[in-house]
Amino acid sequence: MRRRTIPGFGLSLGTTILYLGIVVLLPVAALLLKAAEVGPAQFAAIIGSPRTLNAIRLTVLTALGATLFNAAYGLALAWVLARYDFPGKRLLDALVDVPFALPTAVAGLALTALFAKNGWFGRPLADMGIAVAYTPLGIMLAMAFTSVPFVVRTVQPVIEDLGTDIEEAAGTLGASEWRILRSIIFPAIFPAFLTGCSLAFSRSLGEFGAIIFIAGNQPNYTEIIALLAFIRLEEFDYPAAAAIAATMMMIAFAMLLITNAIQSWHLRYADRGD
Amino acid sequence: MADTALRTRVGTFKVGGAPAVRRTLLAAVWVMTLLFIVAPLVTIIALAFAKGVAGYIQNLVEPATMHAIFLTVLTALVVVPINTAFGLTAAWAVTKFRFPGRDLLVTLIDLPYSISPIVAGVALLLVYGAQGLFGPFLADHGIKIMFALPAIFLASLFVTAPFVAREVIPLMQTQGTDEEEAALSLGASGWKTFMYVTLPSVRWSVIYGAILCNARVMGEFGAVSVVSGNIRGVTNTLPLQVELLYHDYNVTGAFAAASVLTLVALLTILARFIFEQRGAPVGPARH
Repeated sequence: MRRRTIPGFGLSLGTTILYLGIVVLLPVAALLLKAAEVGPAQFAAIIGSPRTLNAIRLTVLTALGATLFNAAYGLALAWVLARYDFPGKRLLDALVDVPFALPTAVAGLALTALFAKNGWFGRPLADMGIAVAYTPLGIMLAMAFTSVPFVVRTVQPVIEDLGTDIEEAAGTLGASEWRILRSIIFPAIFPAFLTGCSLAFSRSLGEFGAIIFIAGNQPNYTEIIALLAFIRLEEFDYPAAAAIAATMMMIAFAMLLITNAIQSWHLRYADRGD
Repeated sequence: MADTALRTRVGTFKVGGAPAVRRTLLAAVWVMTLLFIVAPLVTIIALAFAKGVAGYIQNLVEPATMHAIFLTVLTALVVVPINTAFGLTAAWAVTKFRFPGRDLLVTLIDLPYSISPIVAGVALLLVYGAQGLFGPFLADHGIKIMFALPAIFLASLFVTAPFVAREVIPLMQTQGTDEEEAALSLGASGWKTFMYVTLPSVRWSVIYGAILCNARVMGEFGAVSVVSGNIRGVTNTLPLQVELLYHDYNVTGAFAAASVLTLVALLTILARFIFEQRGAPVGPARH
């Protein structure tokens, strides 16, 4: 091994580990410890109770809906930003950052005002018989809003890097546009697209601030899992809060592993392409 | 002749390049973006000024709202410098050296990104709360962390720990160690090398990371909401004040407070735009 000529190894590594240990890992460990103390039987009773199961099902289904919406809208946004030149392109690109930059509580408040029965969009929708605010549809909307940049920002650079050489060659060889899209472009962007979708889905599962304003928060109907953890805390039911939070964290870690697996598949795929 | 004709055909062939496809896609994306992203922004401004400029100012100078703004700025002033220093230290450790467990450390630095703010809040409560690991010890010594300022700082530190590191690590990685080694071989001390060689070359990433960190600290809701105790006029940061006003049916007040946070968000996006113009390598904002 090469001799270390750069100084500060011990200091920088030690500080990093100590800081992470105190600020991040200690709370994570405390949560896991508390959840373990609950015991398997009680843990199963907490997670298996109808209210918790309903909250989990609602959260997963609305997150899936939001991710499907973003798969279409985010992909179209990424395509337009990467491929076309048009007036206002920079503005559109900046607007994609709004959901990340805007505090979630502010986003939730604004969406609620828009989609409430007396809101700009809520009123015409209500006339058509569609209620958004205080229904699962509203939760989906808030999730979609806060997670759309994930899809755009993972797919956009890949489309930009793709270049047009191969599709031009395929075009001169007589392939139809649809064929090129299906056999050349989509396979190349698919891993990034999947990564973006799984990031958006993970974010939606853990989202809180944007949702609680628009959800209405009725148990067994519009109560998401993050809110249920919060409610258990306010009731001083610490074992239940710990069990629910630990479950959420496990799901998040599982999603992280899946996302990383997709990403390393993506990297291998990109290497092979060169 | 034929060659030129073919080249023209090749040069113009692009999937989705047909004017009809292009126009349809652009129109669809713009309409969706106006409805989905622009309309909420317009709503915030419209409702904040629903009672005119005077009403807006009156809502902002409410003592509770002013205190929330003060608390939010104070939190940012404490948290952003700490996590900037941490980001630089962590980036130095993982990019300038090879050691076993390095990949694991990078994953751990990113960990807060994957943890829901609510889970972070619950986890902190289980360390410092009355029922938590250190609860009895803290109570015996009369130290109050939960439902007070230190808890707000801790929650914000947790949530934004990776922000600066994430911006700086990729850049430091590509820069390698050649310049530092040159400076050191010329007799510069380690600290001098860091200050005059490393820091200038990553300064835009550091500043951009700090700006993103600041935006998130000022806007953090879930984690702070769990640990602050929501004590009116005491531990209410600005996002919590927005919620409180809304639940008090003071809609214009809530939107006036929200407009301040919206301004911070728009300035953050403007910063990214300016940095890109200067050619600074900036990644997308992440939450």
